[in-house]
Amino acid sequence: MNHVSHAAATPIIVIHDLVKQFGRFAALRGVSAEFVSGRLYAIVGENGAGKTTLLRSLAGLTRPTRGTISMLGTTDLRSVCRQVGYMAHPSLLYDEMAGMENLRYFARLYGIQDDQHCARTTAAVGLDPKLTRPVGQYSQGMRQRMSLARAMIHDPRILLLDEPFSNVDAHSARQMTHLLKQLRDAGKTIFVVTHQASQLEHAADEFVQMEAGLITRRTRELMMAETP
Amino acid sequence: MSAITNVARASLSKDLRLEWRSKDAINSMLFFALLVVVIFSFSFDPTAEESRRIAGGLVWVAFLFAAVVALNQTWARELRNQVLDALFLAKAFGNFIFVIVLETFMTPLFIVFYNLRALGPAYQLLIVSALGTWALVVNGTFFAAMSLRTRSREIMLPLLLFPISIPALLATVEATTAILTGDFSAKFWIVLLAAYNVVFTTACLLLFDTVLKAE
Repeated sequence: MNHVSHAAATPIIVIHDLVKQFGRFAALRGVSAEFVSGRLYAIVGENGAGKTTLLRSLAGLTRPTRGTISMLGTTDLRSVCRQVGYMAHPSLLYDEMAGMENLRYFARLYGIQDDQHCARTTAAVGLDPKLTRPVGQYSQGMRQRMSLARAMIHDPRILLLDEPFSNVDAHSARQMTHLLKQLRDAGKTIFVVTHQASQLEHAADEFVQMEAGLITRRTRELMMAETP
Repeated sequence: MSAITNVARASLSKDLRLEWRSKDAINSMLFFALLVVVIFSFSFDPTAEESRRIAGGLVWVAFLFAAVVALNQTWARELRNQVLDALFLAKAFGNFIFVIVLETFMTPLFIVFYNLRALGPAYQLLIVSALGTWALVVNGTFFAAMSLRTRSREIMLPLLLFPISIPALLATVEATTAILTGDFSAKFWIVLLAAYNVVFTTACLLLFDTVLKAE
């Protein structure tokens, strides 16, 4: 096992004793961790391990039952939400609108009026900005890529991606991985929750293993035996 | 302030575009209101004088029930997309436009089916319509958001909305009846409706963030 140490780097996210309870079920059971900027973290683990809950907590979408999350030096996650891009498992896109219309809408919410920026973001994820058909008629892979474009439209410092490779063909997954590496190299901090950890084998800086609501291991290399 | 206006404009334009393409809310409201008009016109056979007296109540009850169909769908798309940070005012304005479109289509039908002709100042109907509709949608949008996470939200919305809308409904019906019959002035009811709108719009704006953050 190759444990990771970041003694020299300043953490961008500090989680302390994070507990999230849904009724009597504890999805997170006292998670404590630090994450430094400019890294790509792959969060792996079996279903129900607490990966998505951790990601939603980081995005400020789930209020912790106990514990704190400090992001970019503050525990008020709402105040830094413009620095965070979140790609949920569902696409968060409006089916009746075209991809570019969706992106334009989300861009306006962030005060971005430049349509060229939307077109560039669409092209960056490998989609044609001129595509006029509604998102409802997109394939699952195209939806995933458009969803990634939506998450990064406002150029956030932190990207939280929940299962970005699900239902994506191998070629598209490789393209997405390449894009994530580029974003990481550009200084973004990226968290990817995935069941397809092998997609990130040569891209992730660290694999964060979760089990039963806890982070049980952090390694630089993917432990093949432990990935479903 | 301009940032909020831009976000509200983007949100409103998105809602109108989605409704223009899907026609979910408008179609269901129109069919519902049409059913009410036809069924009531066959159930009763009022004279012109009787029509003027009952039409205010009839029209607004039809609009209220039809609007609930649309209000129930207000946040459904956002819930599906988990994007609840949309602006309350944009949603309320969107619903206002949908209900006004409904009223524009349905009013001529009411006039024909119930042989209506205003004996009072007819222009005041426009004011009553705008104020009454706003009273309905501002609370409706708020309570739709509040009932969003409940299991029986289709039932919960009318349960919350109707009792709190009674003063507004009373004022709207009385004002409409006053204008149609010409028996008394509608001014008192119009002022009451305006005051109701100011109070409840302010309350909804202040409390919306709390409702949104609730888990």
